[in-house]
Amino acid sequence: MKWLIAPALLAAVAAPWLADPYTTATLARILVLGLVAASVALLTGVAGLPTLGQTAPFAAGAYAAAHSSSVGVVQLLTAACVGAAFAALTTPLVVYARGVVVLMITLAIGELAVTAASRWRSVTGGTDGLAGMASPRPLWGLPVLDTDRARYLYALAVVGIVLCVVVLLLRGPAGMYLRGCRDDEARMRASGHPVNAYLAIAYIAAGAIAGLAGSLLVTTQQYLSPADFGFDIAALLLLGVVIGGAGSVVGAIAGTAVVLAARDWLSGLLPGRGPLLLGALFIVAAYALPRLRFRLRSAVT
Amino acid sequence: MDRVDPYLIPALDGVAYGLLLFVVASGLVLSFGVAGILNLAHGTLYAIGAYVAATLSDGSWLALLLALAAGVGAATAGGAALSGMLAAVPRGDHLTQALLTFGVALAGGSLLVMAFGAENLPVRVPATVDRPVDLAGHAYAGYRLVFIVVAAALALALHAVVNRTRAGMLVRAAVDDPDMVACLGVSPARVRLGVLAASGALAGTAGVLGAPIIGPGPSTAATVLLLSLVVVVLGGLGSVGGTLLAALAVGEIQTLGVALAPTAAPFLLFAAMAAVLAARSHGLIRRWSPA
Amino acid sequence: MRGLLEVDALTRRYGSLVALDRIDLRIGEGERHAVIGPNGAGKTTLLDLVAGVSRPNGGRIRFAGRDVTRLGPARRARLGVGRIHQRPAVWPSLSTLDNIAVAGARHRGGYRRTLPEARKLLSSLAIPDVTAARLSHGQRRQLEIAMALAGRPRLLLLDEPAAGLSAVEFSQLSAVLSELPRTVTVLLVEHRLDLVYALADRVTVLRDGQYVATGTPDEIRASSTVQSAYAARQPEAVI
Repeated sequence: MKWLIAPALLAAVAAPWLADPYTTATLARILVLGLVAASVALLTGVAGLPTLGQTAPFAAGAYAAAHSSSVGVVQLLTAACVGAAFAALTTPLVVYARGVVVLMITLAIGELAVTAASRWRSVTGGTDGLAGMASPRPLWGLPVLDTDRARYLYALAVVGIVLCVVVLLLRGPAGMYLRGCRDDEARMRASGHPVNAYLAIAYIAAGAIAGLAGSLLVTTQQYLSPADFGFDIAALLLLGVVIGGAGSVVGAIAGTAVVLAARDWLSGLLPGRGPLLLGALFIVAAYALPRLRFRLRSAVT
Repeated sequence: MDRVDPYLIPALDGVAYGLLLFVVASGLVLSFGVAGILNLAHGTLYAIGAYVAATLSDGSWLALLLALAAGVGAATAGGAALSGMLAAVPRGDHLTQALLTFGVALAGGSLLVMAFGAENLPVRVPATVDRPVDLAGHAYAGYRLVFIVVAAALALALHAVVNRTRAGMLVRAAVDDPDMVACLGVSPARVRLGVLAASGALAGTAGVLGAPIIGPGPSTAATVLLLSLVVVVLGGLGSVGGTLLAALAVGEIQTLGVALAPTAAPFLLFAAMAAVLAARSHGLIRRWSPA
Repeated sequence: MRGLLEVDALTRRYGSLVALDRIDLRIGEGERHAVIGPNGAGKTTLLDLVAGVSRPNGGRIRFAGRDVTRLGPARRARLGVGRIHQRPAVWPSLSTLDNIAVAGARHRGGYRRTLPEARKLLSSLAIPDVTAARLSHGQRRQLEIAMALAGRPRLLLLDEPAAGLSAVEFSQLSAVLSELPRTVTVLLVEHRLDLVYALADRVTVLRDGQYVATGTPDEIRASSTVQSAYAARQPEAVI
């Protein structure tokens, strides 16, 4: 798999010069959702907490960014902090549960966050959404990101940096502790590891990543509505993560790109029948994946 | 009295809403607690019942009975079909189960919109109860009163089934210890079929009877799924009483809560979930975790 | 005598079944103490309670002079209680070396500082450094012992370590256990009485959750109460 990374990176950097602005903007959104998917993979695949609720800190981060500074770094940090704070608040709901109960609770959290977003008009603009956010400048003194290409490259750089940090951390002890919790948490406890504390940290870190992705969503899309954080997005992310080989955060981005591309292709194929075909895609994937996943899992570790 | 008065109607609506959620959520508790399946298509089964009610109802009792038979039958068949689709997914593979049932919900919702249109459909209730009833000086929809009575009877019946019958005893035992069913020599495929069909029947019943309250439309399935999930999270899997209490609480938050503080309702649901889960984090939730 | 582990009137019920009924136990520093008894005697329940995996309905557990009755398993492990499970518990997706290092990390100031000791422990085993999922049952057993030792336990709880081992693996196991330094106190639950008699300084016999006897291996072997305890229970052995 490793030999794929260099050409993929090259293609990602070259893409905005090869594609038209519309495609570039689409690619930027894929990157953003890919980063959220990476946070889903961190929880689902590495820590063993399957989640449908990462859209909630994603939304919290996005709305925070929309109301924050026009300097990219400040916006990113604000969004990450708000995402982490949201996760910290909901930690007691999640870390004591396991397996399918987590799936259920996180789904409820994500859906409630969307409902809250559509009601809290003064901050979110309700179902009409928020528009007209100014393009940020990445740092003080740098030019404003006023083209699709610039915004794409900004998103690419941020996603790249965050991913590198996450992958490096997961290769070290932190990743081993989390995989230990996923593999056999009783054994972790028998070795003196505070399992719930580790899971809480992972959950809050995943919230920070999703929040940060929210800031990138504001930058690349310049428009926010509750539909950006709906249940269908959460399910798409989960499918992307499963396709990418649940334990791999880089695979999660690739998987999400595949799923989003398939979604757009399907809805273009038969206008108005998009959801039906997408539903069929989920069903097919559910049947085809266990075999595929088995192959991928042996390839990843 | 004057300060309570304006909230009497929303409060009563909350009871109707809560009892409706109770019937739907009982189905979810059943499939979740006994078969360990998070059925994301549960709201779609409700929507099937509601659409059947909207199509067949013409203001007569006969039509309502017909709708009840057809709607419950369709939703039960839907549950059974889901069970068949889930046969190929290994027990305990929650991710695949979730993806599969979500796919069914998405495709099913889209098919329902294709068949019935993208509008919210009106539902006609039997003419004899389609008029306001005087309640302490307020006019209240007659059908809702009837619904409250019927749903309360359903809740009592469920309570009796779970606590007094052999099937109910099996259900309680299986919720306590998921491996127990396997030990009894009952085939897991049959348990799954029975559980999903029964849970479909509950969703269908709620859909037909509740259609005048949460009517059929493109967003029905998602709304019903979310609210019944919150009920399950709040009420746990332990008892019919817990589910009922949670359902009534969510019903009141959605009606009385919205009337009192329109923007705060979703946050109230959050707060209720947080409070309940924090309180039980060390005791009860362990019983939830399959491992 | 002040013991390293002092168990007073420990009781555990599952519904109406009394799995352990007011059991007292004193284990001195450095002692090898075995608990034997027929199936359903409450041996694994006792280990679970001492490890903190389950909570007693009554009674007290003191470890190293401290009341640990209310502490969870991770806290007790950090105080020095190590454990080998009946079914070897390892982390299948981690490598053999990482299994040992992660197991010792909380006792040695982190994963990286544990690595040298983990390498030493691994080289003393005849196990390759592969993903633990590929190890055989016997290899996992050896690995789990190394994992427990990496945690520098003061008390090592062994839950039927000989279960499922081949003859060769069994003799390897008894060699490893008899070479444990006396700084490690051992509480052993085992069905193989040859291992018990070879290793233990003292033996406690339980039956149906009740205390039957404690003594040296010789005393226990000679005791008629013990013989009858086994004989009476065997034909209807359940649970």
